[in-house]
Amino acid sequence: MVDAAVLPADANLVLKRAQQGKSYWRRVWERLLDDKVTLAVMAVLLLLFVMVVLAPWFTVHDPYTGSVLRRLKPVGTLGHWLGTDEVGRDLWSRMVWGGRISLLAGVVPVFLALVVGGFLGILAGYMGGFVNSAIMRLTDVLYAFPSILLAIAITGILGSGLQNTILALTISFIPPVIRISESVTAQTRHLDFVEAARASGARPLTIMRYHILNNVLGPILVYASSLISICIILAAGLSFLGLGVTPPSAEWGLMLNNLRQALWVSPLVAALPGVMIFITSMCFNLMSDGLRQAMDVRL
Amino acid sequence: MPKEPVVTVEHLSVRFVGRHAAVAAVNDVSFGVDTGRVLAILGESGSGKSVTLRALLRLLPPRTRVEGRIRVAGHDMTTLDEAGLRQVRGSKVAMIFQEPMIALDPVFSIGVQIAETIVRHEGVSYRVANRRALELLDMVQIPSAARRLKSYPHELSGGMRQRAMIALALSCRPALLLADEPTTALDVTVQIQIILLLRQLQQDLDMAVIFVTHDVGVAVEVADQIAVMYAGRFVELGPTEAVIGSPAHPYTAALLTSTVLGSAFGKRLEAIPGMPPDLGALPDGCSFQPRCRFADDRCRGAMPPEFAHTGVHMTRCLRVAAHEIALPGPNLGERSEVPTFPSDGGGLP
Amino acid sequence: MSGSAAAAGGAEARAGPAVPLLTVENLTKHFAVRGGWLNRTNGVVQAVDDVSFAVRSGETLGVVGESGCGKSTTARLIMHLIGRDSGRISFAGRLVGAAHGLSRRDLHRQMQMVFQDSYASLNPRLPVATSIAFGPFIHGLGKAAALKRAMQLLEAVGLDPLQFANRYPHELSGGQRQRINIARALALEPRIVILDEAVSALDKSVEAQVLNLLSDLKAHFDLTYIFISHDLNVVRYISDRVMVMYLGKVVEVGPVHRIYRSPRHPYTQALLSAMPSMDPRRRTLRAPLSGDPPNPISPPSGCRFRTRCPFAEKVCELVPPNLLPVEGSGAVACHMRVAGSGHSRADKAVAH
Repeated sequence: MVDAAVLPADANLVLKRAQQGKSYWRRVWERLLDDKVTLAVMAVLLLLFVMVVLAPWFTVHDPYTGSVLRRLKPVGTLGHWLGTDEVGRDLWSRMVWGGRISLLAGVVPVFLALVVGGFLGILAGYMGGFVNSAIMRLTDVLYAFPSILLAIAITGILGSGLQNTILALTISFIPPVIRISESVTAQTRHLDFVEAARASGARPLTIMRYHILNNVLGPILVYASSLISICIILAAGLSFLGLGVTPPSAEWGLMLNNLRQALWVSPLVAALPGVMIFITSMCFNLMSDGLRQAMDVRL
Repeated sequence: MPKEPVVTVEHLSVRFVGRHAAVAAVNDVSFGVDTGRVLAILGESGSGKSVTLRALLRLLPPRTRVEGRIRVAGHDMTTLDEAGLRQVRGSKVAMIFQEPMIALDPVFSIGVQIAETIVRHEGVSYRVANRRALELLDMVQIPSAARRLKSYPHELSGGMRQRAMIALALSCRPALLLADEPTTALDVTVQIQIILLLRQLQQDLDMAVIFVTHDVGVAVEVADQIAVMYAGRFVELGPTEAVIGSPAHPYTAALLTSTVLGSAFGKRLEAIPGMPPDLGALPDGCSFQPRCRFADDRCRGAMPPEFAHTGVHMTRCLRVAAHEIALPGPNLGERSEVPTFPSDGGGLP
Repeated sequence: MSGSAAAAGGAEARAGPAVPLLTVENLTKHFAVRGGWLNRTNGVVQAVDDVSFAVRSGETLGVVGESGCGKSTTARLIMHLIGRDSGRISFAGRLVGAAHGLSRRDLHRQMQMVFQDSYASLNPRLPVATSIAFGPFIHGLGKAAALKRAMQLLEAVGLDPLQFANRYPHELSGGQRQRINIARALALEPRIVILDEAVSALDKSVEAQVLNLLSDLKAHFDLTYIFISHDLNVVRYISDRVMVMYLGKVVEVGPVHRIYRSPRHPYTQALLSAMPSMDPRRRTLRAPLSGDPPNPISPPSGCRFRTRCPFAEKVCELVPPNLLPVEGSGAVACHMRVAGSGHSRADKAVAH
């Protein structure tokens, strides 16, 4: 049977040589690779991201300099392949440079909400009892406000600008993230392996870190990625209403507002920012769907 | 002139078609069951016993390929269309499950469910059907049957739900009852009640039963014939006394030795070495050979066919069929030590 | 010894060969059933009621009973996974949870548990060696040392570390997973291991292997087992003493051979004769008990078994029987076995 003398001399060495198992995330990745639609969508997003970050390499004209002579040139004009806006600025440049702001305003709030809301939700889900009640009832209060109204109220108090927009949107998204985190954590909490971890004498924070986190991260991430598409639209909406980013910034929602009057004159140009918002939001949505499907691994 | 057997199965194979390969859950299974006889299919998880049962009623998921001949209650099940299948299911052939809530609808009372089945299959009026439902609840020994007709499944205890499911299954007096581990989830004192009930009903209604189980004791209690299943094939098939008393396959013998544990106190168990078979990667030759202490080169060569061991006793072990090895039977003696328990009344529901 | 310790008697004494390793006294746990309008408490599930027993060092105590008897709840109570309503638990003579006694955390170093569901017992996101090493790691052993112990335990349970250390639970079979769970339970070097239906979900062929493993480990690591199961054959094979529970109470306890050959409590007798026969020539002809085990929410008054007991009389309804010692060691809770209890069969209690 067992001979205590036959010990692996160095556990790390054994681990290195031991047969690697297929972890859950690896299987998710393999399933993703099979999903052509999601891969295409993610490629589009990656391209967009690269273009937006490396804006100077992709654009020729200054997005802030306009010329009244060149107002509202249509799509396909020589030198301005997407036309110009109502002040004569190159639309393509504004779209790419504006993409920085729009994407920032779309992704950062969700990321911040993920960190804050995720932590609070997992805490509430694991601890139960009074802590859970306190956090969840606070969440319910915030939830009672429609997110757009909440964002308007906050920017109304704090003023407009990119920072306040991000703050307002973060606060709006924290409650749903808390809710999903708490729900998934509460389900995981009752599984036998968590009981076994408790039985080994581990403290709550330790258990949350080693056993809960890696099991709930999946569903929370999927949910968060679906929030990004909403956030982009909300950010654009806030700018459209004049509560978000201020001119002369090239944020897509703001551009949409500015080009409203031009709708009758140059409809294609006026619609372009809206098309951009739609495409980006749609891509994030599809990506989150694809992630959800890939994570639904039957064990 | 002997009656046609209620069930005749010849060379049945069921393959699950996956993305990368087809797995044979059931492979070349043949058997027959006469009217009023009970066959137990004994096997562990993954042996294919439940799939065999479901194949008889064509209750398999879409991506399966079924080959072979299946004749049930005079119908050829492989060629029957949907309408024909619906006619046979429930009326000529009924099925009971391990979990009664598979068969029982939680939003209707059991009286309504039983009556509706009768009305649909036999076309009688609801009044007649309700009366029959009451008789059925009495037959399965549910106390206060009249009151229980109006109960919902969740209001019944585990044993009573099982009985209600049996009543539902027997409502149209089927010629064949398929039982898929109906007692596995029950406590031992309830299990024996259900076993005895099924035995009684089977005799009263002269019904054929195919009973799937992994528990040797349960198989011994209910069956006239036992089929032992391993990795999708029948490795042994014969009368209960023969299979238990003188097993004709090393797997059966090993199963019996590792089951009857009471007398082994203090001694090491003779565990079957190795792991249960992976249906997607079966070894060459006999499926059991990697774990069999009698295996030799012929066993590793080709899958042994079915040998007629003694008239009615079939085995797939070529060494047993050639009388080369003698398998030990189990020690059946200890049960007589337990005092029989008087069960004369005193039980309140 | 201080005055209070002497006054308290044996419970405070240090454990020696005569003092049991684990002592459970008057353990009680009731669960409130909520429902209705304002989620008020409708009823109380008396899951475990005034349960007392002791486990001696080096023995295997088998615990049997049907659903609702409270055996799993009892296991979780002594493991301190759920809080008890009342009762005392002592390990090696030291009271758990008391000021000078054993803390919960220290108890977990002495007592571990293996659960029934081998898959749910393992974190699906961690390689199995990490799962095993988790316990020692959080009790202060460094990562490398904890992993080393994990490797040693993998070997001890019959799994090659090179093959299995980095695998994930879903890549293993049920029997292999249960071996990992056993290794995980042994990682903290406990004295007592509670096996809660640990082999019930395994195939018979694998079950025998795991039972052999458990015997080997018990001898090698000098363990004490509490083996909870509904399978009477397995319990008979592995136990030294057996405890029978019904509806939250202990009805009988005693050496395994005595319990199986001459059970003293009618429920034990019924349980044993309800086992399916292995002999086709001698099939069971009558069910020993009718009906299902009653609802633990409102158990019968007096003796809880009286509603299904063919020997029940008036005294059984009025007075709950106490668990009292019986001839041939062990104890039974039945009025029939106590002379002068008022039961018509009581005076026939015969000494064997």
